[in-house]
Amino acid sequence: MNAPLSHLQRLEAESIHIFREVAASFDNPVMLYSVGKDSSVMLHLALKAFYPAPPPFPFLHVDTTWKFREMIEFRDRMAREKGFDLLVHTNEEARADGVGPFTHGSSVHTHLYKTVGLRQALDKYGFDAAFGGARRDEEKSRAKERIFSFRNASHGWDPKNQRPEMWNIYNTRVAKGESIRVFPLSNWTELDIWQYILQEEIPIVPLYFAKARPVVERDGTLIMRDDERMEIAAGEKIEDRMVRFRTLGCYPLTGAIESEADTLEGIVAEMLIARTSERQGRMIDKDEAGSMEKKKREGYF
Amino acid sequence: MSVLASAPLKDEERNAAAADAVAAFLAEQESKSFLRFLTCGSVDDGKSTLIGRLLYDTKLIFEDQLASLENESKKFGTTGEDIDFALLVDGLESEREQGITIDVAYRFFATSKRKFIVADTPGHEQYTRNMATGASTADLAIVLIDARKGVLPQTRRHSFIASLLGIRHIVVAVNKIDLADYDQAVFERIVGEYRSFAADFGFETVTPIPMSARYGDNVTTRSQNMDWYKGPTLLDHLEDITVDDRVSDLPLRFPVQYVNRPHLDFRGFAGTVASGSVALDDEVVVAKSGKSSRVSRIVTMDGDLEAAQAGQAVTLVLEDEIEVSRGNMLVAPEARPHVADQFEADIVWFDEQPLMPGRSYILRTETDQISANVTALKHKVDVNTFAEEAARHLDLNEVGVINIATQSDLAFDPYAANRSTGAFVLIDRVTNATVGAGMINFALRRADNIHWQALDVNKASRAEAKGQKPAVLWFTGLSGSGKSTVANILEKRLHAKGKHTYTLDGDNVRHGLNRDLGFTAEDRVENIRRVGEVAKLMSDAGLIVLCSFISPFRAERRMVRDMLDAGEMITIWVDTPIEECARRDPKGLYKKAYSGEIKNFTGVDSPFELPERAEIHLKAGDRTPEEMADEIEAWMAERGYI
Repeated sequence: MNAPLSHLQRLEAESIHIFREVAASFDNPVMLYSVGKDSSVMLHLALKAFYPAPPPFPFLHVDTTWKFREMIEFRDRMAREKGFDLLVHTNEEARADGVGPFTHGSSVHTHLYKTVGLRQALDKYGFDAAFGGARRDEEKSRAKERIFSFRNASHGWDPKNQRPEMWNIYNTRVAKGESIRVFPLSNWTELDIWQYILQEEIPIVPLYFAKARPVVERDGTLIMRDDERMEIAAGEKIEDRMVRFRTLGCYPLTGAIESEADTLEGIVAEMLIARTSERQGRMIDKDEAGSMEKKKREGYF
Repeated sequence: MSVLASAPLKDEERNAAAADAVAAFLAEQESKSFLRFLTCGSVDDGKSTLIGRLLYDTKLIFEDQLASLENESKKFGTTGEDIDFALLVDGLESEREQGITIDVAYRFFATSKRKFIVADTPGHEQYTRNMATGASTADLAIVLIDARKGVLPQTRRHSFIASLLGIRHIVVAVNKIDLADYDQAVFERIVGEYRSFAADFGFETVTPIPMSARYGDNVTTRSQNMDWYKGPTLLDHLEDITVDDRVSDLPLRFPVQYVNRPHLDFRGFAGTVASGSVALDDEVVVAKSGKSSRVSRIVTMDGDLEAAQAGQAVTLVLEDEIEVSRGNMLVAPEARPHVADQFEADIVWFDEQPLMPGRSYILRTETDQISANVTALKHKVDVNTFAEEAARHLDLNEVGVINIATQSDLAFDPYAANRSTGAFVLIDRVTNATVGAGMINFALRRADNIHWQALDVNKASRAEAKGQKPAVLWFTGLSGSGKSTVANILEKRLHAKGKHTYTLDGDNVRHGLNRDLGFTAEDRVENIRRVGEVAKLMSDAGLIVLCSFISPFRAERRMVRDMLDAGEMITIWVDTPIEECARRDPKGLYKKAYSGEIKNFTGVDSPFELPERAEIHLKAGDRTPEEMADEIEAWMAERGYI
């Protein structure tokens, strides 16, 4: 009778099913809201899953204090407009110690603010399930991860001993202190994400669109100087260039790409001729081989 | 993707041109069909290499990924100077180090005709559960066979599991044909062998293709080395095959996932249409209760719909206020699912702890969760010969047929009729591990015909006449810990008070009711199950039942607890240190166990799993049995049992 579902309809339905499954089977779930495009899509799907009710869980942002300022503005605007319950957590010990990517390097910075910060927040609120926006097409170890990914009481992932995940039947049982990371976007690709943002007119942080921005070229990567904390070395200069970002994170760790694409169509067109993967702009993956898997075993998303 | 890649756009024209090109491209993307498949087969047959090759040839590998692949090929590669494509998918550190696939990897690629999700699954027998995970959502399986080795046990096992899981389309990829001199005879022999063993597997298509994943022959481009092969390349076949998707034509099944009640005026049933379709004003029936109503709204955030079909996630509102909760299904009135508490199923076992009849597990379907007992293991299947063999337990990665009884009704269809509503997993109650995957064959009629007789004189009236509250006092502890001694003293005291009691003792029961049972793990489970059932009947008669059994396993103690009404089971842990038990050794058993004369002796070479939930924990140490009986008596009096 009906036409078969389109690719995006299928992906959307699968994600909605996952959201509902968590809401129905866990006591205290939370959505990790990282403010990026994937989080924007997740927020949109969460609204759809429970319509006409609001999503029955809070949204948590683990703030590293080094996010782009525009991300923080966008985050607060979304929480106001969409009316979700926003929790913000920062690793205060790291902040007190003055930890930052420039002084301590990306590994220490990411570990303390993101991995440890996230573990602190999960323990503080006692969440038993946490949604994350990771996709399997992003990175090799993520391609191996389950949609419902079990974490032991110290938040570690054991990649060699994952629960079998048969059909669309998810094992949501955990003992006290254990939890599940849930990835509703597992089967989406970067292209699907953009296509869906275009189709559904989902708001995203303006940093994704090209604009003249003050950048410094450092070790072959364009870093946007978002505040005074970034010191300019001898021989470096700040230039206004037309750039945009394929992914968003801590500004000192996120490389910009030169681009003229200031519309969604332009971004998709650029993406289609791109010859590098989106994680290339992320410095944390390059520190060592298997870097993402190591972080995940320690409790990173 | 390559369409646009070949025509980079100039800056000035780009906005207008980009918008048009993107719109056209996206329209094309949306109209593409979709296929989920997996690669399987034995270790080193080249599964990961094949997927790497597909991704590479369809231009889905980015420059930075290629650069890191070249680096890693030098470091871990098994292909000399060439790029080792397997490293693209073997994403875990231990996989790259060991050069093997441990878990399933999901990869995505698209051609101008179709989008694909491919699951690359491991070949080692110990990771069979990960292969099953990949197969459970696939419509087609590529079974790789090394041309030099031919059909191996894993080829058979994976094909059998693919068939059990309902995969109907198979590609027999005879790989590494370059190492067999592109020999047609080699190919024909392997294909012949495959067809003969898989003849009864119910595959609709079996498509053999000779290939070399490493060099690309017949993967995406036709081989120059095999003129004798006239069939399609692998990619041609994957693009063209029709995977008959009849799910929308089946009767409506709408498993209720979540009841959405934001305020008093709205009560919606959220879920994904598992099969069939549903339209406004359609009559639907609640599977378990048989109550019916009509669909008054199909709600989505994008506006209400007129109809929804299989695969869509919607929220249904019904005309009448009828009871429906998560785990139930809304179904077509003219074609209802089975509703039963006993059924037969195929099972693939995933756990180190074997499946044993009598054990209690949590059974989970898409939205339902029920306590379940495996009542019989009918047989297991030898994956080499596919012969049915009698078995007392199923080990890791074994496949068998079981009967299951659930604590309450389950709504389901046979798996062969509906993959969504005929599937379930079993979960271990203690570890929460997913221990098995099941596919329901049929309901057992017994469940429909034998109803529990509701009698006028019931447990409550019988207990009242005796002036007591029925209970099962379950004494657990090591051999020689003093269980029977304490139970005996307690029973004498209760009897003196005019209470009605009965003692079930481990040794005594084994002389009669359980004379046929030994001391293997399976027999111990059955021993406890029978005792539990007898204790249940006696408590139904209003008695206070005292049971003294070592009962070392949590699962069994829990099984008994589940049989009884809430508050009826009182677990009493007689906690005497093993040194003390061995010193007492009233039956001389410890001596025999330590000398190896008897095996599987609790505390010596078989574990005693500490009770996680004992109502009474008797720390024996230096207390007399009388003192311990005092404690139990006081506990019972305090709670109104006596």
